[in-house]
Amino acid sequence: MEIQIKRHQNALVAEVTGEIDGRTAPELEVVVSPLFQGGPLVLLDLTRTTYMSSAGLRSLLLLHREASAQSTRLVLVGVCREIQDVMGSTGFLRFFQLAETLASFGQEESTQP
Amino acid sequence: MNARRIDNYPQRTHGEFRLRAGRPLPFGAAPVAGGVNFSVFSRRATAATLVLFEKGAAVPFEEIPFPKEFRIGDVFAMVVYGLELERIEYGYRMDGPYEPAAGLRFNPQVILMDPYAKAISGRNVWAEPPDWSSPYPYRACLVPEDFDWEDDRPLEKPLEDLIIYEAHVRSFTRHPSAQVQHPGTFAGLLEKIPYLKELGVNCIELMPVFEFDEFDNSRTHPDTGEGLLNYWGYNTVGFFAPKAGYAATGRLGMQVDEFKTLIKELHRNGIEVMLDVVYNHTAEGNEQGPTLSFRGLDNSTYYMLTPDGYYYNFSGVGNTVNCNDPVVRSMVRDSLRYWASEFHIDGFRFDLASILGRDPCGGPMASPPLLEALAFDPILSKCKLIAEAWDAGGLYQVGSFPAYGRWAEWNGKYRDTVRRFLRSDAGQLGELAQCIQGSPNLYGGNGRGPTASINFITCHDGFTLHDLVSYNQKHNEANGEGGRDGNDDNLSWNSGEEGESGDPQVQALRLRRMKSAVALLMVSQGVPMLLSGDELARSQGGNNNNYCHDSELSWIDWELTGPGSEMLRFVKHCIAFRQRHTVLRSKEHLRNADFLELGSADISWHGTRAWNMDWSGESRLLAFMLDGRYARGGQARDDSIYVAMSSSWEALTVELPAPPAGGSWHVFANTGADAPGDVYEPGTEPPLPDPRQLLVGARSVVILVAKELAAPKDGPSLSP
Repeated sequence: MEIQIKRHQNALVAEVTGEIDGRTAPELEVVVSPLFQGGPLVLLDLTRTTYMSSAGLRSLLLLHREASAQSTRLVLVGVCREIQDVMGSTGFLRFFQLAETLASFGQEESTQP
Repeated sequence: MNARRIDNYPQRTHGEFRLRAGRPLPFGAAPVAGGVNFSVFSRRATAATLVLFEKGAAVPFEEIPFPKEFRIGDVFAMVVYGLELERIEYGYRMDGPYEPAAGLRFNPQVILMDPYAKAISGRNVWAEPPDWSSPYPYRACLVPEDFDWEDDRPLEKPLEDLIIYEAHVRSFTRHPSAQVQHPGTFAGLLEKIPYLKELGVNCIELMPVFEFDEFDNSRTHPDTGEGLLNYWGYNTVGFFAPKAGYAATGRLGMQVDEFKTLIKELHRNGIEVMLDVVYNHTAEGNEQGPTLSFRGLDNSTYYMLTPDGYYYNFSGVGNTVNCNDPVVRSMVRDSLRYWASEFHIDGFRFDLASILGRDPCGGPMASPPLLEALAFDPILSKCKLIAEAWDAGGLYQVGSFPAYGRWAEWNGKYRDTVRRFLRSDAGQLGELAQCIQGSPNLYGGNGRGPTASINFITCHDGFTLHDLVSYNQKHNEANGEGGRDGNDDNLSWNSGEEGESGDPQVQALRLRRMKSAVALLMVSQGVPMLLSGDELARSQGGNNNNYCHDSELSWIDWELTGPGSEMLRFVKHCIAFRQRHTVLRSKEHLRNADFLELGSADISWHGTRAWNMDWSGESRLLAFMLDGRYARGGQARDDSIYVAMSSSWEALTVELPAPPAGGSWHVFANTGADAPGDVYEPGTEPPLPDPRQLLVGARSVVILVAKELAAPKDGPSLSP
């Protein structure tokens, strides 16, 4: 797993490439969590994330909680169909706001709940 | 656990692994800071080894013998540091004597599954053929126990208000017509919650969901040659693990999260979840069966053995769990506590529960310690406990199950009596009157009350309701046993023709009799249970032992064809009627007395003449009236209800009593009438044309409710 931090308009973006599982999830938490102090909106770009294990989903939820506690919005971008499907069946999906792509996020935002 | 505990450091090493003495409790594998605490019981093993696999690997990556000093009493306990919880599977080897005649069957060649495994891999995808040569077919896995329940908790609905719906996870949504994203899974069932809500049931009882082996069946379909399955799953592999193959995410090992998500969502919709649990036997079978776990860990602790070391077979399927051994008792209790606390399960139905009251030699006990322990357990105290109060060893305890004021029973006598009545047997009215009242003959004298009676006419065992009115004989050829399996005495009647019939008269009579059955069930005191699919007139083609078919014979067909839609409408309204009327759901037995001095009794009995019940053998009409002022023992007020049920083949003119608290009779249901006049949405019942008499059709049930003629009451009489 690799994480790249970028800026997209007024948001911080963490782009994750590879697999998020029990081995890599702790690093994801360590890298993404400080971003919540840097602004009101953090986008977690999972377009290049190929696999998400149970531990990965738990890290996402922990990050979501942490972001909420700091009044930061955490949006998941580009979650592939298969991971979305697993997140749906296991109850994780309902906690998150999703966007299809980074580029479309601005337009999507007006229609998201 | 705090990583900085002063005792949390390795004491010794094994290869690259760091270890320390573990804690004996809890049993199983529990994550601790930096490692995993493994704890396993064996009274007679001389040594134990922890076997560690990378997920799915054919051979273990490490085997760590428990140092002698890491054993406390009969428990081997060890912390192993540096394990990745998601990536490992674990098991044990146990060394000790192999003396079957003495009940000892240790074999260190075999890798054994942890009986406390919270997830089990090996059958991750339903009916996907496993690697039959695997040295370790069912593998214990670790699961995170941090599911976010938010504010969910068990619903704790009063038992008397429950309407139970018995369903099979896979059958419910496997059929293509279910049109769910993940057919046959927990996730699929979740998509069908709106249907359950609309139907009106408030409790779903799931047939076994503990990990089991669907391949435990060597027979083949006589026509197609296809291998048959153990589709129902009454053969537990592990008592703490949900079946992976029932989860769309089972291949990822996320069945625990998926099942919990389903339970949370059912609760959000006001539906309780009850599990059909099988503690009476395991998937290890008899002497010829596989050694998966218990047999190799401590055979004579976990199983009832004959003096020669053979397996007692009170379950009818090979072995019998030694439920009243103190260690096994604790395991059963731990398992139930786990489901109640970690999964928010609302209640349990115990398969062949009479076995749970047998001693280690198989003798029935007057005060079985296990049943008492469960009845008074602090964590289970609000869970419903329901016994299938018989076993395959001849013990039949309907009405006499050791109840400790807590246990309810599947009322087999209710089923049999109602079936006899429905097929117009003579001499049933006395028994039927008991059934209608929640069987005070069984549960009155001992103070257990009507809620001890789980009323049912059909369940997974035996005919569906449709087949009960369509077949005289079972037709089990497809089960591959030459038609020898299954019960021969079904108390059924085919309504004039065996099996599928094109005769409109036969079809109409069947539909009428199905409606009469449901109407009768829904106006009986006690707790009704409906078999999933009966509301859609589901047929199994006369198969009364459908345990082995993963096919359309078992799956619910959601296309409403034939009598399905008319039946569904009828059942839905009957459920709503029961929910609306507390007078049908008494906590205490009715007294057949006017104890509030209102001028009529709480329940009164009538025949073709009002106030004049004919109890004689050839009489086939039973009518009763519930005085609404006696609802909840006089604590609540409800409408009065009059019910006439006839199993006569002729229509009868019946004189009606006047509604006891005034008003006039309105028709809620009349199974002798054609749709849509067969049933009305509760609250919209039309007045009866002639308030003094009623025509009750052949084999029909009529339900009347007393209402004021003018200005219909707003606000139904729901629970106080």
